[in-house]
Amino acid sequence: MERLRRTMMFVPGNNPGMMADAHIYGPDSIMLDLEDSVTMAEKDAARLLVHNALKSIDYGDTEMVVRINPLNTPYGRKDVEAVVKAGVDVIRMPKTETAEEVRELEAEIVKVEEELGCVGRTQIMAAIESALGIVNAYAIATASKRMMGIALGAEDYSANLKTQRTPGGAELLLAREQIVVAARAAGIACFDTVYSNLDDMDTFRKEVELIKTLGFDGKSIINPRQIEVVNEVFAPTEKEIMKARTIIAAIREAQAKGSGVISVHGKMVDRPVVIRAERTIALAVASGILAKEEML
Amino acid sequence: MRNSKLTSLEEAIRRSGLQDGMTISFHHHFRGGDKVVNLVVDKLAEMGFKNLHLAASSLSDVHAPLIEHIRNGVITRISTSGLRGELANAISHGLMKEPVVFRSHGGRGSAIASGELAIDVAFLGASACDELGNACGVPRSENAKSICGSLGYALPDARYARHVVVLTDDLVPYPNLPAGIRGADVESVVVVDSVGDSSKISAGAIRDSKNPRDILLAKQAANVVIHSGYFQDGFSIQTGTGGASLAVVKYIREQMIKDGIKASFALGGITAHMVKLHEEGLIGRLIDVQSFDKVAAQSIAEDPSHVEVSSVEYASGQHLGSATHALDIVILSALEVDTDFNVNVLVGSDGIIRGAIGGHQDTAADSALSIIVCPLLRGRIPCVVPKVTTLITPGKSVDVVVTEYGIAVNPARPEIAERLREAGLKIVDIKDLAAKATSIIGTPDPLPFGERVVGVVMNRDGQKLDEIHIIQ
Repeated sequence: MERLRRTMMFVPGNNPGMMADAHIYGPDSIMLDLEDSVTMAEKDAARLLVHNALKSIDYGDTEMVVRINPLNTPYGRKDVEAVVKAGVDVIRMPKTETAEEVRELEAEIVKVEEELGCVGRTQIMAAIESALGIVNAYAIATASKRMMGIALGAEDYSANLKTQRTPGGAELLLAREQIVVAARAAGIACFDTVYSNLDDMDTFRKEVELIKTLGFDGKSIINPRQIEVVNEVFAPTEKEIMKARTIIAAIREAQAKGSGVISVHGKMVDRPVVIRAERTIALAVASGILAKEEML
Repeated sequence: MRNSKLTSLEEAIRRSGLQDGMTISFHHHFRGGDKVVNLVVDKLAEMGFKNLHLAASSLSDVHAPLIEHIRNGVITRISTSGLRGELANAISHGLMKEPVVFRSHGGRGSAIASGELAIDVAFLGASACDELGNACGVPRSENAKSICGSLGYALPDARYARHVVVLTDDLVPYPNLPAGIRGADVESVVVVDSVGDSSKISAGAIRDSKNPRDILLAKQAANVVIHSGYFQDGFSIQTGTGGASLAVVKYIREQMIKDGIKASFALGGITAHMVKLHEEGLIGRLIDVQSFDKVAAQSIAEDPSHVEVSSVEYASGQHLGSATHALDIVILSALEVDTDFNVNVLVGSDGIIRGAIGGHQDTAADSALSIIVCPLLRGRIPCVVPKVTTLITPGKSVDVVVTEYGIAVNPARPEIAERLREAGLKIVDIKDLAAKATSIIGTPDPLPFGERVVGVVMNRDGQKLDEIHIIQ
């Protein structure tokens, strides 16, 4: 079953207090940041902290992501070495514009993994934060077998477009759709950008509803308080759960009979329908609507 | 007025017959804004008194000037529910020869009523008082300068002290009725500039939190309440003062509205949150021994179903009519909880006194369900530990401990564990929580306690529970 990635929570890599217990709030993924939230003077200290956090804190099932500095800065390669050695699940590359950059990162990862004898362990995700990146979204999404997902970084992107963020997000429409389409075409995950006004949960909820409709797997978040809203929006309805359970039951029945053809109410069920049903059940369990034992 | 009790502070002290070695008492309804203790003890020092026993319902940061009076031998013994700030620090380091005696609010009320804690002269601040001594904590005229709401902790003092002096910053015409402190119990009335700074009654312990960890703890505690089996129409509840235990009320309110459940009463320190629920019709009555903020203090002045009770009526273990015996659910905080569910709310992880017993012992013991909300870690300090630094509330009174890493249920209450598990809550063994804390931050070095005893913790039944040793 594909991992759920409704929430990817940003945690500054220079804040040990927040790193120590970020997982207790139940984000699906945690992104420890070495890039924008860390000043130049603290880059080395933050790298050391993140390395040790990954090695010593039991984050349980939470997917661990680290946003590194770009490879063309003095920090990027050191970041890769430190976090791969600490066993990070995913490296997030900021400001990705071309497939070539992804391959360059992959080569860096391979170097470290070869040294450790664990080639292929580390996944990559790319943040796309410019018009050029959006144009190249599919090429980026398919640049490596290690690609786990692509994400929109809206602040830099809207500045690059010579516009600004608006509550409705009209300026992001093409970028969002392009990212979803590219990710789906490549068979990887996609994440929407952050929403930073913590005092306006209503607008945040609307934005989450929008990006769920567009097809995103989840949203980047900056505070544990945002998790509940995202999970609520992504929670399936009772009707969806009922339908999914009927489909899963039909699969079991077909498997029991040794039949390759699955049908519900006389209609043949296609593979995509099965995948969607499985995801619905997984979401229902993650949202606490169904107990884990009910997951098939 | 022919029988006016009005006099100066000095004259009131003279009339009281106070002598060296006697016991004086105070209440702490103005919390960090209290002005009475320092004013009176300064005067007693000036008049040359020595060797006095100061029995306050609690003491806080604002009472640091007592340090000098202790050094000069004016005060040689203290009984209180709590100590904070510089005074607590100095006492922890051995300022006093005699150990401080710590009692719960209910324990103090019982001890005063039984004569175990015999008060010679009570000095009680009031926001309004008439010349005959009818006094209250709410404004009764346009000239009122202060408000503290309930005078619950002062009522046993007023009733049982040999001599009672009321200090007020608003003398009002007779009759100042209804009044918690009755003129019949009062010998002298003294007008002063200020009895307390009301803006500070909600300072210190009480916070309304946006901290995500407090919110997480509060939501989990609310889930425990909701699925405990005690969340039924007509239930009763009390919350403590930590940020998380106050925030619980917010989440319980949402569920009450959703399920159409109403509470019969809320008890204890009453907060603005509780007043709001009461005004919305979700809580029938507010039984108030202490008003935790101005909103609560204002409410008790105006709302006849918001009732002032004494600490004896609130939480005495010896008086069967006390309200805690009717209490279903209490939500409390803790500095430390140990693997036997014992709780410490008084002595910090540095060995320094920094808290108060308050109603912790009383409500945990008498309520049907006691929930302790406590983070596993405060920075590098473990809060679930193998053994508490100081025993305040025995584990047999504690039913559930809520942490950010899971909920532990006292093995003596398997039915509650079962209900919570069925509701999908994460139930963990308290020993696993302590082990988790150790795995993250290691085992702290033992505290450098010395032999000398600087504090004695009493149980609410009058038995000695634990000792606090000098910290080096």
